Amino acid sequence: MSGGAQIPIASPSRPRRTSPLLLLLSLRTLIALFVVFAFFSATAPNFLALETLVLLAKHVSINAFLAIGMTFVVITGGIDLSVGSIVGLAGMIAGALIDRGLPLAFWHVTLFPDVPVVILAVIAAGVLVGAINGLLVTWLSVAPFIATLGTLYIARGAALLISGGETFPNLVGRPQFHNTGFPILGAGTVLGVPVSVIALAVAGAIAAYLAARTPFGRRVYAVGGNERAALLSGVPVNRIKFIVYMISGACAAFAGLIVASELVAAHPASGETFELNAIAATVLGGTSLAGGRGTIWGTIIGAFVIGILGDGLVMLGVSSFWQMVIKGVVIIAAVVLDQLQRRLQRRMAIQAQAG
Amino acid sequence: MTAEAMPASDGIVLRAERIGKVYPGTTALHAVDFAVRRGVVNVLLGENGAGKSTLMKILAGAEQPSSGRLFLDGREVAFASVNDAAAHGIGIIFQEMNLCPNLSVAENIFLGQPALRLGIDIDAARHAAETRALLRRLEHDIDPHTLVGDLRIAQQQIVEIAKALARDVRILIMDEPTSALSATEVEILFRVIGELTAEGVAIVYISHRLEELVRIGDTVTVLRDGRLQARAEMRDVDIPWLIAQMVGTMAEAAAHPPPSLGAGGLLRISEVSLANPHGGFLVDHVSLDVAAGEVVGLYGLLGAGRSELFEVLIGAQPDATGSAQLAGQELFGLPIATRIRAGIALVPEDRQREGLVQTLSVAVNLTLASLWQFLRGIAIDVTEERRAVARMIRDLLIKVSSPDVEVTALSGGNQQKVVIGKALLTRPKLLLLDEPGRGIDVGAKAEVFGTMRALAREGLGVMFATSDLKEVMAVADRIVVMAGGRISGDFARAEATEERLVAAANLGGAAAAGGMR
Repeated sequence: MSGGAQIPIASPSRPRRTSPLLLLLSLRTLIALFVVFAFFSATAPNFLALETLVLLAKHVSINAFLAIGMTFVVITGGIDLSVGSIVGLAGMIAGALIDRGLPLAFWHVTLFPDVPVVILAVIAAGVLVGAINGLLVTWLSVAPFIATLGTLYIARGAALLISGGETFPNLVGRPQFHNTGFPILGAGTVLGVPVSVIALAVAGAIAAYLAARTPFGRRVYAVGGNERAALLSGVPVNRIKFIVYMISGACAAFAGLIVASELVAAHPASGETFELNAIAATVLGGTSLAGGRGTIWGTIIGAFVIGILGDGLVMLGVSSFWQMVIKGVVIIAAVVLDQLQRRLQRRMAIQAQAG
Repeated sequence: MTAEAMPASDGIVLRAERIGKVYPGTTALHAVDFAVRRGVVNVLLGENGAGKSTLMKILAGAEQPSSGRLFLDGREVAFASVNDAAAHGIGIIFQEMNLCPNLSVAENIFLGQPALRLGIDIDAARHAAETRALLRRLEHDIDPHTLVGDLRIAQQQIVEIAKALARDVRILIMDEPTSALSATEVEILFRVIGELTAEGVAIVYISHRLEELVRIGDTVTVLRDGRLQARAEMRDVDIPWLIAQMVGTMAEAAAHPPPSLGAGGLLRISEVSLANPHGGFLVDHVSLDVAAGEVVGLYGLLGAGRSELFEVLIGAQPDATGSAQLAGQELFGLPIATRIRAGIALVPEDRQREGLVQTLSVAVNLTLASLWQFLRGIAIDVTEERRAVARMIRDLLIKVSSPDVEVTALSGGNQQKVVIGKALLTRPKLLLLDEPGRGIDVGAKAEVFGTMRALAREGLGVMFATSDLKEVMAVADRIVVMAGGRISGDFARAEATEERLVAAANLGGAAAAGGMR
């Protein structure tokens, strides 16, 4: 995965004559990660403690899951605003299945599925919402912003309707129904590493592999870079768009499972505004909202920058009002630097041409 | 190069001195001089990609020159924008329509400088009245409140002209204004041009239709490959001279190898049509055979339906009717990817818009259409892919420091080779190339055409569309002329002459105009 994987990626390309400034700009996300990490290590007491770092990774994993799915969508030139609502809906479906079970009226029985089945069913629900987004964006030509804004409301409404707005508390399951074990997802560890962090590593690796090494990944980049050229090259543009929204839905549903599992409860309002954090991580990681550029690794690093910034500022006792201001400044700075890099690259290309 | 034919002081309003323009990937203009005289029609002539449109955009303020100077009435000027140039009395009618389809005719015409009451309130009544007057002058009775998107292309062109006339122009630049007009509409336009020049307005006129230029032009400037080729008074020259200046010598045609006809029909098109959403047909019941090993040149003027025919064949026009068989296999009804795997490949006309994915590297662009060949399980076999990319870069002589360079860093000619390489990697039986020589320099052109001939020798069917006489005469074994969506001529190389081709291309044009009524 390491050396070969980056060959075809649309990562900030290496120009023929690299200037130090350009190199610095193209590594900015990694530099930002290093800077925030170093800063809080020096200023925040206990920042480097193992428990703090484990907690940090757990916080980051939720946003990173959303951002991985978001990255595929954004590379195609789209956007998915519905992921936060899918987080809420996913938790509520899991909660309902564990607490209430699935009433089968015809047979007068209530089915309590095992936890793995619950997990699969919830992910399927996320894929379904993604499929609706994909259908709207492709065959019905609705702008991605509007289509996913609509499903944002619909999925949130559905989450509230499941319980009439109530929380499903205490999702531990009952031994007699063989549906215990749900909290493992959010609280379990393997060799001291939280399950959710392991899940993130696996999902990140799979997503990066998909993006960089498979025809699907290539086509995702091509659709976002130039849809018309992709179409004429035989890329099934609509099918690719359809799939990226389904991936995003699946990622969001999994994030929803982690949230519910960590809290051992499902609340219909959970995940509100998560979509904005996911977009922020994606953009911070170097993915262009115009489509065609971006990497999964960049996005994961972006999620860590935002996560470290958030937790670090809390540890320093900075007020949450200032936290928001700082987060906003960081996001804008990332995009401004991105534009700066583009401009510099273009100028160098012209100079190489004229010279 | 012809010596300076006009006296320097002869009513020159606008003078461009040693104008150069560099884009990432191409140099469009090399130190070009150009003078615009008052009260006459100044013709600018050149093949596609010669730099005419770029020069016009610079004169109109839509682009800034990379080098050189502009003088208006002898004073040096620099135009920051189209509005800036307009304030100096320079108007332009762009080749590509620059109208907002969602606004009405009157709103479009007064978009730049609306008439206001009290400085804020748009005087719609005045707009409508003035629009009516302008359109009456152009002899077109279009309701000022009609949405531009609901007009036919020819009517939109008239609106575009009216928009330029609405401003007080001293210099009016027209880039291919007649390409969408019928014969009657062209007459009206010429009458308006006559009135304008009589009022002392300087007209800069660009067109490919030589007969038209000889008729209304007063002076002519010829560009070739971004350089000034010749300058003359129109009364001193004739069409053969213009062609010679425009395309250069015919030496290339003489060195043309004998046609290498293979066996049997590779592509069999019958009764292919594509309806025009604005009425009539873009491709009008076309039937045509292409043999393996044959290079067929598809010649025609802008809008003759060549690009549309290619799009139908590759599958990008799902509404097309008729049938097309490639080596016996019916293509109609298949998705693009399946057609590509069946052995047809397209090098589109506009490589920026349709050929390349600008955000990706040379390597990724090259293999985009042929990824199925590099699959191992679900993944791309990177070693295999790299080998194919390296081979294509070597075979097509693509000048690139590394396959991982972003494709936009390449020159126009090398970008074109990447698009061709992408098509070749699909191992096509039939290669369609739409204007393969457009916007690339002479050396790259020779290489591209050399490659096309070499492919035909290997047994591929090659069909290329062009509006360039020299190109089609030099490269094709057989020349098919299209006009108004129909085939208006089919010549073996030996029997094709420039006169016959031009005649066939224009003959159909009249038919098309008739069809647009």
